[in-house]
Amino acid sequence: MSNAKTLAPRDTAAPRNFGTILKELDWRRYVIYIGFVVVFLFFAVLLRDQGFLSPNNLLNIFRQTATITVIAVGMTYVIACAEIDLSVGSVAGLSSVCTAMALSQWGLVPGILAGLAVGLVVGSINGALVSLLGIPSFLVTLGMLGIAVGVAQWITASAPQPILNDTFNTLFGSGNFGPVPGLVVWSAIFVAIGAVVLNRTRFGRQVLATGGNRNAAEFTGINTKRIKFQVLLISGMVASVAGMLYAGRLQSGRFQWGSGDELSAIAAVILGGTSLFGGFGSIIGTLFGALLIGLINNGLILAGLDSSQQQVVRGAIIILAVALARKK
Amino acid sequence: MNTADNVVEMRSISKSFNGVPVLKDVSFDVRKGEVHALAGGNGAGKSTLMKILQGVYQADAGEILIGGKPTAINSIQDAKAAGIGMVFQEFSLVPSLTVAQNIFLAAEPLGTGGLIDDRASVRRAREVFSEMEVDVDPRAGVARLGTAYWQLTEIAKALAQNAQVLIMDEPTASLARHESEALFELIDRLKQRGISIIYISHRMDEVYRLADRITILRDGRHLLTAPLTDVTPEQIVEGIVGKKIEGQLSYRARDHVAHEGAPLLEVRGLNSGQRVRDVSFVLRPGEILGLAGLMGSGRTELARALFGIDKVDSGEVLLRGQKVNLGSPQQAINAGVALIPEDRRAQGLVLEHSVQDNLLLPLLGQIQRGPLLDGAKGKELSASLIKRFAVKVAHPHRPVRLLSGGNQQKVVIAKWLGTDPDILILDEPTAGVDIGTKSEILDMIRELASAGKGVIVISSEYPELLAVSDRVLVLKGGSIIRDIPRSEIADEEYLQLAVQGV
Ligand SMILES: Nc1ncnc2c1ncn2[C@@H]1O[C@H](COP(=O)(O)OP(=O)(O)OP(=O)(O)O)[C@@H](O)[C@H]1O
Ligand SMILES: [Mg+2]
Repeated sequence: MSNAKTLAPRDTAAPRNFGTILKELDWRRYVIYIGFVVVFLFFAVLLRDQGFLSPNNLLNIFRQTATITVIAVGMTYVIACAEIDLSVGSVAGLSSVCTAMALSQWGLVPGILAGLAVGLVVGSINGALVSLLGIPSFLVTLGMLGIAVGVAQWITASAPQPILNDTFNTLFGSGNFGPVPGLVVWSAIFVAIGAVVLNRTRFGRQVLATGGNRNAAEFTGINTKRIKFQVLLISGMVASVAGMLYAGRLQSGRFQWGSGDELSAIAAVILGGTSLFGGFGSIIGTLFGALLIGLINNGLILAGLDSSQQQVVRGAIIILAVALARKK
Repeated sequence: MNTADNVVEMRSISKSFNGVPVLKDVSFDVRKGEVHALAGGNGAGKSTLMKILQGVYQADAGEILIGGKPTAINSIQDAKAAGIGMVFQEFSLVPSLTVAQNIFLAAEPLGTGGLIDDRASVRRAREVFSEMEVDVDPRAGVARLGTAYWQLTEIAKALAQNAQVLIMDEPTASLARHESEALFELIDRLKQRGISIIYISHRMDEVYRLADRITILRDGRHLLTAPLTDVTPEQIVEGIVGKKIEGQLSYRARDHVAHEGAPLLEVRGLNSGQRVRDVSFVLRPGEILGLAGLMGSGRTELARALFGIDKVDSGEVLLRGQKVNLGSPQQAINAGVALIPEDRRAQGLVLEHSVQDNLLLPLLGQIQRGPLLDGAKGKELSASLIKRFAVKVAHPHRPVRLLSGGNQQKVVIAKWLGTDPDILILDEPTAGVDIGTKSEILDMIRELASAGKGVIVISSEYPELLAVSDRVLVLKGGSIIRDIPRSEIADEEYLQLAVQGV
């Protein structure tokens, strides 16, 4: 052969320099945490005179994002399973309304049961249509979005339903547990259970496998129809609890509560690193995704932007974060 | 040697992934109008070398010469421009478009006003097919065609882009026997037209049928390049495996089959869909039953029905004399049946998940402590499976997608044997598996049977089927037409005739 050996093969066993190590570090996975810290520091400096760092404001951020966090935990399961649930916002609204009405009629426990029943019924219908009839969840839950909010508006004749039961209001959002706001405790509970179940139980693995390759999961003996049913049921139930948190915090049930939350929740889940194509999910990531959205909302309000400007900036930040987190 | 003859020359190529070297100083060249076989064990780096030539990956070191000129190939577009075409293993066609639309995808002939001229593309597709001397309707929708036609469309697509070199990575893996023969004839014709072909295959008969020269890679290093007339099959096998293996494909009589007592599995008058008709047979403990038949004869469908994937319309299945209902894979698994499916990528694995997660998926019950999964126990279990089946994997927590084809297959087998089934059904268990691994898998099958399990093997490779089966069932049109003890099968030809239904 010719003697034109141009390049010696690089010795791959040689000590790698810092640059290559940095390059191989999978920083995209941590983009949400990096983003969170960067945005936090940015606001902390920029808005130090507007009281951004005051304990009260920080607690407020948690409080305001609690419902989104709770909904997004359920949504993480749905998206990790390669499905979507667009009905969560209206389910929250319907649940707040049903809780309020049952509460004033029959008292505390029936009120809570009524709220949960909304999630149970809507989640089961969503799940059954998707898993048994094989209708895409996008369509089923898009239809359900309209139905749930329509029912809520109909049965209340668009009127707010005040809640005068103090126990309920204290329990669901208005009260504190010791020094900690109740809403913070609620989100912590959902995040903790959600994370453990997704990462450490059989069910969680089966959700991820179904989302990753439904065929292979089926051949492995996983009842993928049941899994799809279950994730949509979970998402509905969780959304109905979120609806009660709205009701408790705002001391009323109203069909508008939760409207548009499906988009914030999906954004939080995707920001948190869960794959829109299924197979991967991170509940802790979702928590930080939700907090990041809350942080941005809060910061923009303190910065004095009006709501139209807020929407534009928020949209841009979300696109930027997802773009950074995408796989190569 | 005159380098000008080389349409492609790859010099001293090295490549590593995440610090693990995969190719080390490999040189490879292709002459005009030759079929050059690229052989080597699973994970030897064949596909990686070809992906570098195609611009999917970039080499860490080394250079590529096209027609004697150093050429940078940094993208698939660069490779196309350099005249290198690929017949993808996972087909790269859009099912919803027609054959002609696929062939000219992103290179559509334009007519007046810059609009796509579909009639021109149909006409040109016809020209390409007639040059290939094959009969394909360019206006047919790809979704409705069989895999053989997909492959022809892929080849036509490459030729329409003026490819001078065609890379075929295990092209016969999804073809029936007569379709493979048609492909070989096409390769002969392409060769006569001066097109060079790089042919990757684990099947020795194909290599001898087609290739002019062979290059063997072992563990990422170039071992030898030689004309096929200069090497014996034994030398090739030894080169690939790294040691001599003898008699891997010869039948060894075992007498572990328990003829007394109830059979392990008894199937009576089973009907399922269009492809399983009135099937009855028994499987005894310790027995290996081979299923032979042409493509579409209902072998896979029979396996699917027994595993509860396809609905059983009528008939009975008895396990150890007890009637059972195998209505779903869960029920089948609980009854002790396991199926290793034919398509590992689509049915066997969650490709994006780690090797460990894939191995543990059917075993989650075993690593549970209370309601939670025990991470340490899972790690231990997967490590022991990896060791037992000698899966070549650098990091068990990296996606299984990154393993070579043969190692992926080992993961599928390991995953199922971890469940310790009583009845194991294997559908084409050695597809894409190298010769060394193949003999390991065949040994594993024999071992399982000797331990008293019942095994059903489906294979289109007769030598392999004859090497392990104690009895062969021949299927045709969904029914069993012959039930032949191994001792009555003199040779491959006998089986071949039986399969044809002569
Ligand atoms: N993108 C990747 N990242 C990390 N490792 C990889 C990647 N692609 C391939 N490898 C590793 O490189 C080695 C060579 O793989 P390659 O697919 O080239 O083997 P092969 O010779 O084609 O084997 P087979 O006959 O099984 O198809 C394997 O060990 C594989 O795990
Ligand atoms: Mg390969």
